[in-house]
Amino acid sequence: MVRLSLIPFLALGAILVAAAGGLPPVGDPESPPATHVSPRYIMFGHEETGAANLVTGVLADYRSYDTLGETTVICVAGLACWLILGSRSRGDKER
Amino acid sequence: MNFAFGSPALDAASRLMTPFILMFGAYVVMHGHDSPGGGFQGGVIIAACVILVRLVRGRAGGWNLSPETALALTCAGVGIFVGVGLLGPIFGGNFLDYAALPLSLKAGEVRAVGSLAIEIGVALTVTGVLTLVFDALVEARNDG
Amino acid sequence: MGEMAELLSIGTVQYLQAAALLLVGLYGIVARRHLLRKLMAMNILQVAVIVFFIALSAKSGATVPVVVDEAGGIDVAAYVNPLPHALMLTAIVVSVSTTGVALALLIRIRRRYGTLSETALLDKLRE
Repeated sequence: MVRLSLIPFLALGAILVAAAGGLPPVGDPESPPATHVSPRYIMFGHEETGAANLVTGVLADYRSYDTLGETTVICVAGLACWLILGSRSRGDKER
Repeated sequence: MNFAFGSPALDAASRLMTPFILMFGAYVVMHGHDSPGGGFQGGVIIAACVILVRLVRGRAGGWNLSPETALALTCAGVGIFVGVGLLGPIFGGNFLDYAALPLSLKAGEVRAVGSLAIEIGVALTVTGVLTLVFDALVEARNDG
Repeated sequence: MGEMAELLSIGTVQYLQAAALLLVGLYGIVARRHLLRKLMAMNILQVAVIVFFIALSAKSGATVPVVVDEAGGIDVAAYVNPLPHALMLTAIVVSVSTTGVALALLIRIRRRYGTLSETALLDKLRE
């Protein structure tokens, strides 16, 4: 049973290894992710956002909508955790 | 958390380390603009300090940051974020556009002040959520 | 054979590492019978995604994306790409919160059914 379920994973692994050859080499300064939008962040990030740490500049300024959604997600996750487990005070008898 | 791993050595060590951990967390939040750091990292460090006190001294001995307070911190963090974002439209800019804030600073510095405010909000949220999750999981364990 | 050597060179080894982690995580999610192990496999899967993105952000000869000297102009090739770092910071925090919610759900399942094994759970649900 376990052997049989390994077969699709080996096939997927072969596909992934073949696809790794088609990606730009790691560390290539001319790769597509390094040439699309990130040169603008690097060139003007410090001047426009006032943050020398470009990661903070991108996270809190250029993409703050993203961070707002993500903060909401972890807030809701904390609420969910508390509501799932904090059933003692509401007289939950099911357990 | 009703039990604690406390012993005199652990207690002394945690008392010695706690202020420095808190200060380092605040530094990572505040200095996240000029060095590696930011709201998430600083919030996790502060939450680690709270959890350290919980582990050593238990709920009774340490700061009694109850789940309700942690939840309030969480929501306050999101509220700070949204509030700073809403200052933009109030002063005639776009939502989350800190450049519209009426501060007599250079353009880049105004945006740095705005993003520092939301980083503080994010740090409060992360601290609250991690404390809340830890408390919820540990109390569930005590219930059996 | 030369192609294989090229694949195993330093230029793609991070991609292969991410692929291996992805396969381990996916296999764990599908094949393990214990829900806690499925959750651990899901975390391994998330680490695979993070490793892949960080590998994409690397530039050889570049340093951390903290601008230190603006006077002489900014050389784009001297700093790694900050965008995947910011995205993965988000992904790490979200993975922490999903793990917290999943653990809470597992505790509830354990309380109600007394087990976390998938086969035992299915038997109890059929009754």
